[in-house]
Amino acid sequence: MVPTSWYLALSAVLFAIGAVGVLVRRNIIVVFMAIELMLNAVNLTFVAFARQLGTIDGQVIVFFVMTVAAAEAAVGLAIIIAAFRNRPTVNADELAVLRW
Amino acid sequence: MTFPAIDWIAVLPLLLVACLGVVCLGVGLFVDDDEVLGWGALVGLGVTFITTAVLIGQHGSAFNGTLVLDGYALFFDLLILAVGCVVVLMSMSYVEETGIGAGEYYALLLFALSGMIVMASATDLILIFLGLEVMSISVYILAGAWRTQMRSNEAAMKYFLLGAFATGFLLYGIALIYGATGATRIDVIADKLGGVIDRHLLLAGVAMLLVAFGFKVAAVPFHMWTPDVYEGAPTSVTALMAVAVKSAGFAAFTRVFLRGFGGLHADWSMLLWVLAVATMTVGNVLALAQHNIKRMLAYSSIAHAGYILVALTAGGPTGGAAALFYLLAYAGMNLGAFGVVLALGRRGEPHEEIDDYAGLGFRSPLLGAAMAIFMLSLTGIPPLAGFAGKIYVFTAAVREGYYALAVIGVINSVISAGYYVRVLVVMFMTPGAVDVVRASRRPYLFTSIVFSAVVTVLIGVFPAPWLELARLSFLSQP
Repeated sequence: MVPTSWYLALSAVLFAIGAVGVLVRRNIIVVFMAIELMLNAVNLTFVAFARQLGTIDGQVIVFFVMTVAAAEAAVGLAIIIAAFRNRPTVNADELAVLRW
Repeated sequence: MTFPAIDWIAVLPLLLVACLGVVCLGVGLFVDDDEVLGWGALVGLGVTFITTAVLIGQHGSAFNGTLVLDGYALFFDLLILAVGCVVVLMSMSYVEETGIGAGEYYALLLFALSGMIVMASATDLILIFLGLEVMSISVYILAGAWRTQMRSNEAAMKYFLLGAFATGFLLYGIALIYGATGATRIDVIADKLGGVIDRHLLLAGVAMLLVAFGFKVAAVPFHMWTPDVYEGAPTSVTALMAVAVKSAGFAAFTRVFLRGFGGLHADWSMLLWVLAVATMTVGNVLALAQHNIKRMLAYSSIAHAGYILVALTAGGPTGGAAALFYLLAYAGMNLGAFGVVLALGRRGEPHEEIDDYAGLGFRSPLLGAAMAIFMLSLTGIPPLAGFAGKIYVFTAAVREGYYALAVIGVINSVISAGYYVRVLVVMFMTPGAVDVVRASRRPYLFTSIVFSAVVTVLIGVFPAPWLELARLSFLSQP
């Protein structure tokens, strides 16, 4: 059996990739995808711990996270479209009416 | 199949606000009159406030003890509902003038308030996460509610991206704590701190939670979004963000750290110390350089988050009570300041530069006097609410032995006088030409400003009963 620590290491790496993606990428859609990657890395952590601890809690929490991530995706894409209508760009650097 | 027993008393405030939001959304489809919808939201919130006030002294818990009704939850419920009422009052004329859809505006406002109530009442990290998301997602949309304005779009976008980023940290923190203790319930975690657990995992989780809450309450270095979002969002939404969102953030922050991780105080107090000093100093120094009043108030709200972090660093019942009292005082004076910002704007002309306030004290003595009260209170001049708040916060710090922190806090208060008093100088000593819409044309807005001013003075002159209330509320946590 694969030990739990491997899953934890994998999810930590995924989370780090997501976090770095948010900080270095300038395309808003890609930033958004990086955030989703972070949330899914967390899901993997929850499932791994649920297996290790032998409780069902961690697996139930994943459903909550997935639901919230879906709601967030809907709102996030709507906001991106609303901004796109006023200024057709998905580059974060060009959104600079307010000083970043 | 059986359902767990639900104590309806415990979820009553939440249920009322959430149902009101749904009703508002439905009615908004058919009713086109903005004022009717505003009144509906206001009366509904008023009824909820009274119902919640009647519940004082009651205890209850629901959903297997993950949501409780204790004094602590009631304190924040009442604070959040009162702030909600004032924000609705402020929004009435603003929503009409900006052309924001009133039905969805008030519905989202109410959903955001229901999320905050969950955050105040939750005793489980997962429920805190859910409340935080209900609140945040609603406020992301509200920040972008003025759809035709590019800066409103941009504020929503920035708030959304950084808010979602912070959510990732919050969840990862919860996951690590769950892995270390096998629990997400705050009281269970508190019991397990002394046992044999993976300490590194636990501390990594605590640090992640600190980052996430730091984002939500706008603590330095997680404050980058604050000035842009506060400036770009519709002003009534900015008032909600600066006061209610911050209060709810601190409600969860305080409960999790002082109650849940109280046993680890030695480990996180140093981190919080650094965070508090950075937040106060950066907030106050950058506020000095601002020309836009909303941006200035944004940096000022960062600085005030720093003062509350001082109280949390001190910890214990004294620090907790001081933090709660400070949030109460902060709500009155900051809401009022944003009310004056709203009052100066008119259709198509926001008048948000500090120079636009020139001569305001003579052209509109009521607004001038109110703004003077709010600015002096934010500086911390006696006998106003801000002064009492700072006294309690710094006393708590000294009592717990954080002398340097208290001294840095006092120095920061002096720096802050620089930009608050500048507004007064501009208002009363510079001639200006900006016309103000007469009070009789915006009765609701002016009611909210006068109410905030009265509360600010009242808390400042009679602080003792309010502090006692804050102390009892803090101590009532199970």
